[in-house]
Amino acid sequence: MFKSLMTWVDDRFPATKMWNEHLAEYYAPKNFNFWYFFGSLALMVLVIQIVSGLFLTMHYKPDGAMAFASVEYIMRDVPYGWLIRYIHSTGATAFFVVVYLHMFRGLMYGSFKKPRELVWLFGMFIYLALMAEAFMGYLLPWGQMSFWGAQVIISLFGALPIIGEPLTLWIRGDFVISDATLNRFFALHVIALPLVLIGLVVAHILALHEVGSNNPEGIEIKKHKDENGIPLDGIPFHPYYSVKDIVGVIVFLFFFALVLFFAPEGGGYLLEHANFIPSDPLKTPEHIAPVWYFTPFYAILRAVPDKLMGVIAMGGAIVVLFLLPWIDQCKVKSIRYRGISFKILLVVFVISFVALGRLGMLPATPFLTLLAQIFSVLYFGFFIALYFTSKNEKTKPVPERITK
Amino acid sequence: MRNILSVILLAVFSWTFSSLVMASGGGVHLDHAPGDLTDKESLKRGAQAFADNCLSCHAADYMRYNRIGRDLGWTDLEVTEKLINTRGADGEKTKVGELMKVAMNNDYANVAFGAKIPGLTVIARAKGADWLYTYLRTFYLDDSRPTGMNNLVFADVGMPHVLWEKQGLQKAIFRTEEGTDGNKKHIFEKMEIVEAGTMSSEEYDAYVGDLVNFLVYMGEPVQLERKSLGIKVLIFLFVFAIVAYMLKKEYWKDVH
Repeated sequence: MFKSLMTWVDDRFPATKMWNEHLAEYYAPKNFNFWYFFGSLALMVLVIQIVSGLFLTMHYKPDGAMAFASVEYIMRDVPYGWLIRYIHSTGATAFFVVVYLHMFRGLMYGSFKKPRELVWLFGMFIYLALMAEAFMGYLLPWGQMSFWGAQVIISLFGALPIIGEPLTLWIRGDFVISDATLNRFFALHVIALPLVLIGLVVAHILALHEVGSNNPEGIEIKKHKDENGIPLDGIPFHPYYSVKDIVGVIVFLFFFALVLFFAPEGGGYLLEHANFIPSDPLKTPEHIAPVWYFTPFYAILRAVPDKLMGVIAMGGAIVVLFLLPWIDQCKVKSIRYRGISFKILLVVFVISFVALGRLGMLPATPFLTLLAQIFSVLYFGFFIALYFTSKNEKTKPVPERITK
Repeated sequence: MRNILSVILLAVFSWTFSSLVMASGGGVHLDHAPGDLTDKESLKRGAQAFADNCLSCHAADYMRYNRIGRDLGWTDLEVTEKLINTRGADGEKTKVGELMKVAMNNDYANVAFGAKIPGLTVIARAKGADWLYTYLRTFYLDDSRPTGMNNLVFADVGMPHVLWEKQGLQKAIFRTEEGTDGNKKHIFEKMEIVEAGTMSSEEYDAYVGDLVNFLVYMGEPVQLERKSLGIKVLIFLFVFAIVAYMLKKEYWKDVH
C-alpha cells in the first residue's frame, strides 16, 4: 500500500530521489566529532526561531505606542506567551553561539578550502543575514536599549561621505528612530530576512552535498571509492548521523532549557535591564552596548578614533572573513596536520575575538580602548599573517584514508 | 604548549563571562533586598503597600488586578476591596479584570515633578530589587531640592518621599575626601533620624522589603511557574538523552 503510494508520488515528484541524495545515500565521513553537531543544530535553531516567531507575531503590535505593552501582554495575558517569548529571545543567542562554533569548526579543519569555497561563502552570507535579522528583531521590544542601540548603529551609516545622511534617513524613514522605523524593521524581520535566510540555507546545504563534507582529518573521502562508487570512509547520513545528531540536539536543548527557564535575562546580557524601560527619545541610557554577539565588531568600531575609519574597520572585519578561502593558501586542511604557525595564529585569533567581544560590552575607558586597539590589530593580524605564512607552512603528511 | 594555551584561553574566557557590575546606583553600595517569592503573605502585604502608596501616581498598566488575586490567593471581591481605588469615566469602580492604571495624567506630572512618572510593572526588571530596596530607604533631607528631599542612589530625584510618615525624616552625613584626581568628593557615611516616623527602622525595612518583593513578582509574575516547568523539562530531556544515546550506540555498532 505504502509502496505503491510512494511509486505514485515518485512518478510525479522526486521524493525518494531527494531523500536518498540528501540523507539515506549522502555519504558523510565516518569520523565526525563534537564540532560537527553545530551544523544540524543551527538548522534546528532556525526552525525554533521561525515557529516561535510566528506565534509571537500573532500577539505583537509593531506600533510605537503599543509595542512595549504588547510584549508585556505576551508575557502575562497570552497563555504560555512567556514561554514563546523566552524561546525566541534565548533562541537568538543560541543561534549565534551555534553559528560561531560552526564557523570555528570550519576554520580549524579548513572546511572553507577548495572545493568548498562556495559552501563557506553561502555560510558567510547566512551569517550576515543573521546579523541583520537579529539587529532588526532587537528593535521590536521597543525598550530603551532597542531604541538607542538602533539609533547608534543606524547613525554609523551617516559616517559615509555624501550618501551618509540621506542613507540614514532612508533606513529610518524618519529623522530619528520612530514608529516608521519600527514598522519597517518588523516587516524586514518577519518576512524579508527569514526568506533570505531560508534560501541561503538551502544553497549552503546543496553546495555542501555537491562536494561532500570535510572532516576532522581534512581527508577527501571521495578519493577512495568501492566498486559501487561509495566512498570507503563514508557512511550514509541517515541513519548514522541522524541518530547521532539527535543526541546532540537533546544535549543542546538541555543547555537551552537551563537558560530559558532559569536565567532568561542571562544576567542582563541577553535581555538587557535598560530594555525594560519603554523607549524614550529624550533620555539616553547611561551605557549603550549591543547584545553580546555584535560586541566584537562594536569594539573594533570604537577602537578606531575616526568615525568613518571605524565603520570601515568594522565592515572590514566581516568582509575579511569572506575572503578566507583565498587568504589561507595552505593545501593541508585540518589543524591536525598543519604547522605550528597556524596553530598559534588561530589561538591568537580566538583570544582576540573573545576579548573584543568582552571589551565591546564595557564602557570605553582609555585603558580599555587601548586594549581594544591591540586586539583589533591582532584580529586583522591573523588574516595578514595567515596570508604570508600559509603558503610555505611546515605541514605534516596527511594520511590517505581515515583511520581514527 | 597545550597547557599554556589552555591557561590563557581559560583566563580570557573567565574574564569574558565574569559578571559585569553595573554601577547604576552611582557607585553607592546597594543593600540586599530580602525578597522571597514563595512567601505569599509577604507578597500580599507588598501588594497592599503598593496599592496604598504607589498606585495613586504610578501606573502598573501591563498588569491586571485579578492576576494578582489569582497568583497570591485573593478572591476577586477581596482584590476589589483591598487594591482598587479608582473609578472609570462612568463613575463605576474599576473592574477587577482591568489593567492597573492611574487617574493622573502625564502633563500634570511633568509640571508637578519635572518628569514623566514611570510605570512600575517591570521596574524591578529594569532597576533590580536591591536598587529599589535601597532607593526607598535612603531619602534624606536636602533644602536645595523642591521637595526638600534628595536620594542617595537616585540623585536629585523628582519623586517626594511618599513614605516619610512611616520612616520619619533622616539626614545624611557625608565626609569629604580628596580623590586620586585631586578633586574633593563627598562620601556617604550614615543616616541620622531627625524626626521619628510611625514605624521603627526594622518595621520600615520589612515594609519596604515586602513592597520590593511584590515589585519583583509583578515584574515577571510567571517566575515560579517558569522554574517549576523548567525542572520537568530538564528531567524529560535527561531521560530522552539516555534513550537517544543508546539508540545511537546501537546503530553505530557496525561502523569501524
